[in-house]
Amino acid sequence: MLAGIAVGFLFRRWKIRFIHGLILTLIWLLLFLLGLEIGSNESVVSQFPRLGLQAFLLATGGTVGSVLAAWGLWLVANKKSANE
Amino acid sequence: MKGSLIILSFFATGLLLGVMRWLPPQLLSHNAGFYVLCALMFAVGVSIGHDPSSLRQFKNIQPRILLLPFLTILGTWLGVLVVSFFIKNRSLTDCLAVGSGFGYYSLSSILITQCKGIELGTIALLANVMREILTLTLAPWMVKYFGKLAPISAGGATTMDTTLPIITRYSGQNYAIVSVYHGIVVDFTVPFLVTMFCSL
Repeated sequence: MLAGIAVGFLFRRWKIRFIHGLILTLIWLLLFLLGLEIGSNESVVSQFPRLGLQAFLLATGGTVGSVLAAWGLWLVANKKSANE
Repeated sequence: MKGSLIILSFFATGLLLGVMRWLPPQLLSHNAGFYVLCALMFAVGVSIGHDPSSLRQFKNIQPRILLLPFLTILGTWLGVLVVSFFIKNRSLTDCLAVGSGFGYYSLSSILITQCKGIELGTIALLANVMREILTLTLAPWMVKYFGKLAPISAGGATTMDTTLPIITRYSGQNYAIVSVYHGIVVDFTVPFLVTMFCSL
């Protein structure tokens, strides 16, 4: 990635619009390969409900935690601007 | 939203083909995923290096709000820490690696599959897709009860692209720059934090 940043900076005068299309295509390809790998792994397929539940718990925990942190900053920021 | 549906359909197609065994398994044995990942990281690097203007927008943000991405990261870790007590047979670092995807499911699931195996990689994919969906669907409610910064934190690394339209709609156009800044910073931390927790 660092090599990419360097290359991108060096060639910043060029118009490289195709890079965003390339990123998207690579993401598609990767997710397709990931799906293929998961699908052909029988032990993962048979545990899908359990893995899904764990994923749901982690997603909820992470989201709630970050929302509460943002709420804290929101309250502090508003209090300060009210005092000013 | 349309973009994430396309991405998900690619994943679903691969999943289906794998279950049906329509493709030769040799396709997986050559570590194709790893090389595509290297190409992806390179391409992401080129796009960051190519557009320094996105880095310059940072100046226009209030200093206090600059803290938001770090609060997102800390809040996520705390939430995951609490949840990890309810998940048997997963170590805390496994849980934190999944949580540190911050909604960036494509990259985090691929990284985690590479270093921790396909089971945790599947959890990472599902968990981070769910985080994005939770943000997209609950954004109005979050703004109402927890302030205008809440959906930005919940969106994690996706606030500069997929969840940006929803955030500007409910938090207001003034928060678009904050949202993009937050997305860029959190996005940038994902490869580092995920690999760090994987190697612990």
